[in-house]
Amino acid sequence: MEIKKTALAGTTESSDIQITLSKGNDGIDVDLTSDVKKQFGDQIVKVITDTLNKFQITNAKVRAVDKGALDCVIKARTITAASRALNQEDQINWEVL
Amino acid sequence: MKNRVGREIPDDILKDKNYKAFETTEIGHPDKQRVAPIVTVTNGDNKVVNSIKEIVEKLVKDGMTISFHHHLREGDQIFNDVMQAIIDLGIKDLTLAPSSLTNVMNDMVVKAIKSGTITNITSSGMRGSLGDAVSHGLLKNPVVFRSHGNRARAIEEGKIKIDVAFLGVPNSDEVGNANGMEGDAAFGSLGYALMDAQYARRVVLLTDNLVPYPNTPASIKQTQVDYVVKVAKVGDPDRIGSGATRFTKDPKELKIAQMVNEVITHSPYFKDGFSFQTGSGGAALAVTRYLRQAMLDNKIKASFALGGITKPTVDLLEEGLVNKIMDVQDFDKGAADSMKNNRKQQEIDASWYADPDNKAAMVDQLDVVILSALEIDTKFNVNVMTGSDGVIRGAIGGHQDAATAKLTIISAPLVRGRIATVVPDVTTIVTPGDSIDVLVTEVGIAINPKRHDLLETLSNIPGVPVYTIEELQQKAQQIVGKPKALEFTDKTVALIEYRDGSLIDVVKQVKD
Repeated sequence: MEIKKTALAGTTESSDIQITLSKGNDGIDVDLTSDVKKQFGDQIVKVITDTLNKFQITNAKVRAVDKGALDCVIKARTITAASRALNQEDQINWEVL
Repeated sequence: MKNRVGREIPDDILKDKNYKAFETTEIGHPDKQRVAPIVTVTNGDNKVVNSIKEIVEKLVKDGMTISFHHHLREGDQIFNDVMQAIIDLGIKDLTLAPSSLTNVMNDMVVKAIKSGTITNITSSGMRGSLGDAVSHGLLKNPVVFRSHGNRARAIEEGKIKIDVAFLGVPNSDEVGNANGMEGDAAFGSLGYALMDAQYARRVVLLTDNLVPYPNTPASIKQTQVDYVVKVAKVGDPDRIGSGATRFTKDPKELKIAQMVNEVITHSPYFKDGFSFQTGSGGAALAVTRYLRQAMLDNKIKASFALGGITKPTVDLLEEGLVNKIMDVQDFDKGAADSMKNNRKQQEIDASWYADPDNKAAMVDQLDVVILSALEIDTKFNVNVMTGSDGVIRGAIGGHQDAATAKLTIISAPLVRGRIATVVPDVTTIVTPGDSIDVLVTEVGIAINPKRHDLLETLSNIPGVPVYTIEELQQKAQQIVGKPKALEFTDKTVALIEYRDGSLIDVVKQVKD
């Protein structure tokens, strides 16, 4: 799936993550800022990438500002950002969820 | 070699610095030799010096050990002014031996390390930019971290030999009688500084408030003081202590506090004449409030409260629920003011408070203590020194010392953000699990299996689920996932002494 527009979901409150998706053409490129990057950086990138793959998004620039979010939060924020970026926010892709 | 809590202590450090590896929390009854400082005799007529530069030029030489206290906390002005003068004079190779380092001192210490002025540090702790710099290998020699009681011990036994102590005081007369209670920069107890005043080769008081001779009550006495320096400002009163202490509204902290209170009141130690120490954290303050109600309901009064004092503890004193406060430092203005006005609030020095090599310290008489933790592991070992990223950001404070109480409770949330507090192995062991009796989290408690008696008495409290510590660790991991192990280099950046002076752990340089 092609990203139609730059979209954002989430906040920078503690225990949240802010995901910004924009067009890319070189796979999924995650730029992660996180206080727990050393311990959980790989896991955070994996959750974001896996979630985007379920939307069949294969090219995207992802800016992720993490404030200690758990996996379920990361997944939820990524789904929302992806729905918005694909202009699908009114037609939720339930199969992906 | 591996010490008794399983930490690898490099052999060269044990050998070169003549250290023993940690073995036991038992102190026993050894004979200990104390040291006494050289005294330069004077009649007291010419002690006043008008500038920091003049006193530094007169007293500080390359290679010396200098000390400060941290009673002025984040409002401290003295440390930065004195260190700047020392750097300006090009003095090198000093050992910095303060009672602790606060954030307001960080940038100056980093600067002094970079200029070669400071080459060794011993402290209770460090945080922020300084902790980060040290963890990244800025200092060639490892920092030595000691608890408040251990610092007192090391000074008394000559392990820390202070050449010049620079002690900021909110008042002094011209001959050096001073206390911490009066003046713009009043902070209450001088507990930690009293060690320096008693044992340093040269004692320099710095004050912005010269008062008529003789100044009483004198916590630091003219018999101990070499010079009195008049300065423009000792500290910023607004930042010395936090203002009015606010009770937490955080439901997680309140839940923890409630359970801590249940543990205390169901323990055999909760009886008339018991004693306790609480810290200054949100949950600890809330415990004081619950404990007050429990004391009223059960008509129980405490004989004394110990340690760092806050206004809620002072309120208990005024209400007659606590008979005495034994005060080594004051965390807020209410506590500091009270020391001036209430004879039942006794100033105590760090040795009286917590020195293990003593003819009894106050902590030896302590029944119940509530302490915090950055991490606690399945062996009940506690880390209050390094963060989850391995970087130094804490202080031992009185943790190891107070943990010798009859009932030592660690109050901590199961997780903080994505970081588990209950872990398989703490990053750095500060207080050994042998000292810890109960862990209280928001989901329930874990009792150290070595305490068979407590397993029995605390296992059936309504609303207080009991888990094994392994179960709590698993619960934490289910929430946050399994973190990747931290990476460190081979370089040792800090040594963690146990309160008896043995090595309980070392901190390695973080790999980035």
